[in-house]
Order: sequence, then C-alpha cells, then structure tokens
Amino acid sequence: MPQAPRQASPVFLDCTADRFVPFRHFWILTIMQVINDTPMSVVSQVAAATVSAQPLLVIENVSKVYPTPTGAYTVLENVNLSVREGEFICVIGHSGCGKTTLLNMVSGFSKPTTGSVRVNGKEVKEPGPDRMVVFQGYALLPWLTAFENIFLAVDAVHPDRPYSEKAAIVKENLALVGLADAADKKPPQLSGGMKQRVAIARALAIRPEVLILDEPFGALDAITKEELQEELLKIWNDHKCTVLMITHDIDEALFLADRLVMMTNGPAANVGEILEIPFPRPRDRARIMEDPEFYHLRNYALDFLYNRFAHDDE
Amino acid sequence: MTAGTLSNRKIASDNAFLKALIRNVVPPIVAVLIFCVIWQLFSTDTFPGPVQVIQDAFSAEDGPPLINPFHVGGAEDYWGTVFNAVVRGTGDTNIGLFWLVMSSLKRVAIGYSFAALIGVALGILVGVNNLLYRALDPIFQFLRVVPPLAWVPISLAALQMNEPAALFVIFITAIWPILINTAVGVKQIPSDYNNVAKVLRLSKQKYFFKVLIPATVPYIFTGLRIGIGLAWLAIIAAEIVMSGVPGIGFFIWDEYQNNYITGIIIALLYIGATGLILDRLVAWIGTKVSPA
Repeated sequence: MPQAPRQASPVFLDCTADRFVPFRHFWILTIMQVINDTPMSVVSQVAAATVSAQPLLVIENVSKVYPTPTGAYTVLENVNLSVREGEFICVIGHSGCGKTTLLNMVSGFSKPTTGSVRVNGKEVKEPGPDRMVVFQGYALLPWLTAFENIFLAVDAVHPDRPYSEKAAIVKENLALVGLADAADKKPPQLSGGMKQRVAIARALAIRPEVLILDEPFGALDAITKEELQEELLKIWNDHKCTVLMITHDIDEALFLADRLVMMTNGPAANVGEILEIPFPRPRDRARIMEDPEFYHLRNYALDFLYNRFAHDDE
Repeated sequence: MTAGTLSNRKIASDNAFLKALIRNVVPPIVAVLIFCVIWQLFSTDTFPGPVQVIQDAFSAEDGPPLINPFHVGGAEDYWGTVFNAVVRGTGDTNIGLFWLVMSSLKRVAIGYSFAALIGVALGILVGVNNLLYRALDPIFQFLRVVPPLAWVPISLAALQMNEPAALFVIFITAIWPILINTAVGVKQIPSDYNNVAKVLRLSKQKYFFKVLIPATVPYIFTGLRIGIGLAWLAIIAAEIVMSGVPGIGFFIWDEYQNNYITGIIIALLYIGATGLILDRLVAWIGTKVSPA
C-alpha cells in the first residue's frame, strides 16, 4: 500500500519526540496556533520539509465575520490549514465553533472575509464539483431514484459522454457502497444509512479532488455508523481521495483520520491543535481499540474539548 | 391459499367494509334529515320548505327543466340547442340543469386554464427572482382579496361584451392563489436541493426540470385547488350580472326574477355538487402528478 506520503517523516519524529515524552509508541504533533504566536511560516516550513508535493488544499489566514444588528460577529479568525493530496482530515469542535462555516468556505458556499482558500493553487470562488459535498441531511432529491440521483451528478460533470458510460459509472459507484440492488428505489423508501450511502456514492461518482463531509454519520444509529465508517475508509483506501470531514465523534475521527483538527471555541474560533493519528493503515477497528495509544489520543482530545476549551453553556 | 381461507377473508373484509360504511354514511344522512326538518319548520309562503320543493319539482307545469337535467324545452333541434348553449354560450336559456352547468363549466375551463398557465409561469418567475418578488408580492396580496363581483363592472367596461368579461372575471379571480402558491413553493425549495444544484453546477434547464418543478408541484396544486373553487365561485357571480347567457348562474338569477325559489334551491344542489367534483378532481390530479 502506498502509505508513505501520509506517515510522519523523520523530521516530524524528532521534533515531536522531544516535546512529547509521555507517549510511547507514537508521535504526536501538536501545533499550537495561538494566534500570531506560531506564525504560519513555521508550520509551512515543517510541512515543506515533510512533503515535497505542494498541498492540495490551503486555508490561509482565513477569517469570517458576519455583520449582525449588534455589530460584527467574528466566527473564525486566522485559520490556517494545509491538506496534502490523499489526506483524510477530520475537524472536531463544539457546536457553534464555525466548523461548518469553515467547510462552506472550502466548498465555496461562503467566502472568507479575509484570507484565502486555495485548491490546487486556485482560489475557491464558488461551489463546484471538484469539491463535492456530502450534506448533513443527505440532500438527495426525493423524486429521483438512487440511480437517477447519482446520474444527475455524473451527467452534470460529464455532459458529453455517452449515456452507457455515465450509467456504468453510476452503477459502479452504487455497487461500491453496496446498494446495487437499491438503484431503482427512491429516497423515501431507503433507510437513513442507505440514503447516506447514496449520497456518498453520488459524491464519489464525480471523482472530486476534495470530498467534503459535514457530519455525515451524525443521524445514524451506532451500528450503521460503524459500518459506514468502515466502508468510507475502504473506499478512501482504494480511491485515494482527499477528505475533509466534520464530526462530533472523537472515536470516529481517531478511526478515520490522518490528522484531527481541533477547533477552539467561538466566537473568533481557530485551529487550536492538530493531532497526528499514527495508526497504520489499513486500519482495523478492533486492533485500534486495543491499542493503549488510542486511549491516550482519545483522552488528549477529550481534555482539549472538555477542559481546555470547555463549552460554557450559560 | 385454500378457497376456504379466501372466502373467510372476504367475509371478514365485507364485514369491515359494512361497518365502515355504517360509521361514515349514517351520521351525514341523519344530519341532512335533521337539517330538512329545521328547514321545513322555518319555511314560509315565500320561502318553500323541502316538501314544497319536491312537489314543485315533480309538478307537470314547472318540472321538466328541474327534474330532467338533459331537458331541452320547445326547441326542435335538440343537439343544435345543446351545442349553442355549451359550446357557443348562446341561445335558449330554458334547458336542463346539466346542460346549464356544462355551459358554465366551459367558461370556467377557459378562464381557469389561462389563470393556471399564466399563474404558474408568473409564480415561478416571481419565486426565483427576489427583486420581482419584493416588488410584486404586495400587489398580489392586495389584488388577491378583491372579491370576484368587484371585477365584473371593470371587466364589462373594459371588454364591452358579456362572454369575454365573464372569462376575464374567472381568470382574475382564480389566478392569485395559483400565482402566490407557486411563488411560495419556489421560495420553499429546501436549501439542500439548491446547494446540490450549485455544487454540481446544474444547467438552468436541468435545475428547472429536476429540482424546481418537482419541488414546487405540491404547492402549485394547492394553488390550483383553491383556484378552481374560486373560479366556480366567480362564474356564478359573473353570470348573475351578465344576463341572457345559458348558464347555471344566470339560471339562478332568472328564477329569482320570476320569484321561483324552488329552481334556485335545486340549482344550488347542482352548483355544490359541481364545485365538490371540481375540487376533488384537481386534488386527485395533484396526487397523481406529485412526485415521491
């Protein structure tokens, strides 16, 4: 398996090992991005030393300010993140910390007030199929069958290809998520898990450069959720797409992601820390659950969310 | 499956059907009977009770047009008179109530069709364009509440002729709920669907047929259903004012002029039944057409 680009290079190992002795078998990279404290240049130097290729997705000094009747409200301030091609990134943080706002700026539904979001060096200006989104509520058209829903996407991206080719793409992707038999069913006839599978198949069918998932498994029961996580991971392993996913679930993030981006609380949220998740791939849930490091990481993330950046509900 | 279980099941379902029938049919019949008793108690010399109405309807003198809905009196050419009344909207007004209803329905069909076409088209236009919506919605809301009868003098003055004026009154009465509901339907398209269209950069045409229309159809049919009710309301009002045309509205007016209340009451039954059928028909088409 071509895992090499995703594993930490010796440069990483050295610097992290010095700073985080308590953890034994893995190295954790924490980038404290207390605003202006750690200039982006330091991070990008490290990144440059690690990966030769240019990052696919760059979020640079991004802020988002909404005008409100009571004055400007800063949702995000000075967010920096670079994502390499083929990387699986999870974003976690309390509700209201601007995770979705951040994703919307990558997908192009909203524009940063300052700073820039670039994919392949090109500034993101509007939504496009190269940054396909799997929406929180599935967003399948209920009057179209599973096949037709995916076909609509494939047809929009490849208008000039013959019907048979497009239909083949649709069928292939339905099979990928295990729904070949449900092609002619309409969303109201499908369970939540099946709907989300169709939504994922639709997103994968158009081969986006960045696959954006906004809490895709939030509404699903625990078993379906785990099944879908494993499927998503398998598909990602086979297809090597770049994934940016919002989640509320630390376990989910630890199982799926290469790096876990932990957001500070809003207003003026930013990237608090980025946790490298070192479990080898392909990942096996049972083995990860047995690994003591899983619990170290889990506790570390929990500590971040519930002690250091606890949500103050008034 | 054996024959025995099949017939058992049939008996069981027959029983259930009978029970449901009794539960649903007996109460309204009782209610109608009570209503007739009260009506009879309140009847006077000038306002006939149900007994008087039935007697009049079956009397040889007044009966034929009332009791025989397909009656054509006096004329030698039966189908020629019917054709004149229903298709051309002219000629003998003393014909069976069925043909009068048909004559009125033809006017409704024309006025309503225009209202549906223009209402849906304008509604979509106004729904997708925020500036147009802000500019025109207050006007629509205002015109919506103008009663059908208020349009009659204006349309008569503008169009000078009875028939086009009647059609215009139907059109202008029926269009507002269709237009407003369509516009609201377009505005109510879930943002998720619009976001999918944006991410995929769907062409205008694809968006229109795959997203906008299917998402809006239930709203359009709500408007169409309100519209058909209003159109039927308007034709009666229009025909009452525009005298001399064969139609159920004019018939009522004519009977009133002749102080013949029984005719009005029987015509009312026809009008109510027709209105109900129209309403259910549009609702049924709506369920057939609505996606998902």
